[in-house]
Amino acid sequence: MTDFRLPSLGADMDEGTLLEWRVAPGQAVKKGDIVAVVDTSKAAIDVEVWVDGTVRELLTKVGEKIPVGTVMARLLVPGEQVVEIPPAPVAPAVRVVRAAAPATLPLAAPAESGPAARRPVSPAARRRAVELGVPLTGLAGTGAGGAVTLADVEHADVERAALRSVAASVPPAVDRAVDRAAEMRKVIAAAMARSKREIPHYYLAEPVPMRAALGWLRAHNESQPVTQRLLPAVLLIKAVALALHEVPEMNGTFIDGGFRPSAAAHVGVAISLRRGGLIAPALHDVGDKPLPQLMAELGDLVQRARAGSLRSSELADPTVTVTNLGDQGVEAVHGVIYPPQVALVGFGRIGERAWVEAGRIVALPMVTASLAADHRVSDGHRGALFLARVRELLQRPQDL
Amino acid sequence: MNDDDIRTGVLATLRRIAPEVEADELLGDRALRDQVDLDSMDWLNVIVGLHQRFGVDIPEADYAGLVSLDAIVAYLARRLAA
Repeated sequence: MTDFRLPSLGADMDEGTLLEWRVAPGQAVKKGDIVAVVDTSKAAIDVEVWVDGTVRELLTKVGEKIPVGTVMARLLVPGEQVVEIPPAPVAPAVRVVRAAAPATLPLAAPAESGPAARRPVSPAARRRAVELGVPLTGLAGTGAGGAVTLADVEHADVERAALRSVAASVPPAVDRAVDRAAEMRKVIAAAMARSKREIPHYYLAEPVPMRAALGWLRAHNESQPVTQRLLPAVLLIKAVALALHEVPEMNGTFIDGGFRPSAAAHVGVAISLRRGGLIAPALHDVGDKPLPQLMAELGDLVQRARAGSLRSSELADPTVTVTNLGDQGVEAVHGVIYPPQVALVGFGRIGERAWVEAGRIVALPMVTASLAADHRVSDGHRGALFLARVRELLQRPQDL
Repeated sequence: MNDDDIRTGVLATLRRIAPEVEADELLGDRALRDQVDLDSMDWLNVIVGLHQRFGVDIPEADYAGLVSLDAIVAYLARRLAA
C-alpha cells in the first residue's frame, strides 16, 4: 500500500481545496493519470498520480482544504492484494497488506525521514521560535547539515503570517474573483519575498541580434497555414533550453542547502493571467522537442493557464523560468528567481535598434536577453557564458 | 456578408481571446492593442479565430495593416469580396 499525497504545486502554492475526485476505490490508475482536481489561489489544478496501482481508499473529502503533502488516498501497488481478516471477537478488524515483492515506491511527495531523525537547531533559532510561536517540527533547515537557523525560523513566521492573512482575507460570499486576485497577490508576494531573502541574485544582460532568427521565422511562416505559424518566443525558449544543457548550473533546484542539477530542461513559462497575477507552468523536455511541437505545446499551455486548468506536474517541476515581457513593450527584464529554481531568463521587446556591424552603424532587430541567477550555485562568469551561448544559438535558427 | 456582420464576427472572435472586451467601449479607429491587452500569443489566436470564422488565411505580412477594429473589418471585407 502506498500513500498518495497532494504533490508540491510550486513555491507559492502550499495548499489546495479538493474540488473533485476523478477516480473511485477499486479503480486502476497509471502513472500520469489525473486522479483529482484541486483549487488553488492561482488555478484549478489537475493532480496526477505518480505510480501505477489501484485506488484503495479516498481520504480527502470534496471541499476540504489541505496542505501540500497531505495523504489524500491510499493505493495498492501492482502485485499487492488486500486480505480482509474477519473480525475476531475482541480484536478490531485488521487489514493485512501483502506485497508480492518488496517494492520501492516513487512517491509524489518526498518520503519523510525516519522517525528518529532530529535536525540540529541553532540556539538563536530555538529562542526566536519560542518568541514567535513557530513550531520547529517540520521546519526545513537551510544551515549546515540541515540545521534550522534563525533565518529559517523568521522565514517560517513570515510565511505563516502570510497564510493567516490569506485565510483572514477570504470572507464568505463576497465576490470570489476579487478574493482570488487578492489571495494570488499574497502568495506571489510570499514566494518572491522568500526569493529575495534567500537567493543572492546576480544580474546580467546581453543584446542579441535577431535578424537571422526573424528572417528564418518569416520564411518558415510564409509557407505555413495560420495554425502552424511559429512565434519568436518559441525560438527564444528553445535556445535557452539548449544553452542550459551546456551550462547546467542554471538548470535545476536549490533544496536543503544543496543544488540539484536537472538533466532535462523543463522551462517554466511566465504567463500573465487576464484577471491579474501570473503563473509559470513548465514546458517539459524543451531541448529535445522540435519547434512546431513546442509551439503547439506553448499555445496549449497558455490557453489552459488562462482557463485555469493546469496539471500538477507542470507546476511542480520547472527547472528554470523564462519571461517574455518584451511582448508588453519593455526593453529588458531584471527578474526575480522563482524558488527553488536558480535562474530566470528574461527577454525584452524585439525591435529595431542601432547596432555596429563591421565598423558601420546599421538598424537591426534586437532583443535584450537577461539572466537573474543564484550566486550560491554559479558565478557571473558562467552566467555570461550562458547568455553568450543563447545569443550564438539564435544566430543559427535553422539548427534550433 | 456586410460590414456589420463582419464587425460582429470580429468582436465575437476577440471576446473569445479577451473576454473582458466590451463592444461599445471599443473605439473602431484606435489601435486595438492600445485598448485590449493582447500579447503575441493572443494576437496569433485572434488571427487563427478569424481564419476559422471567415475562412480567410491572413499572411503574416498583412498583420501590420490590421491595427484597429475598423482596419480589420475593411481588410476582411476586401478579402471576402475577392
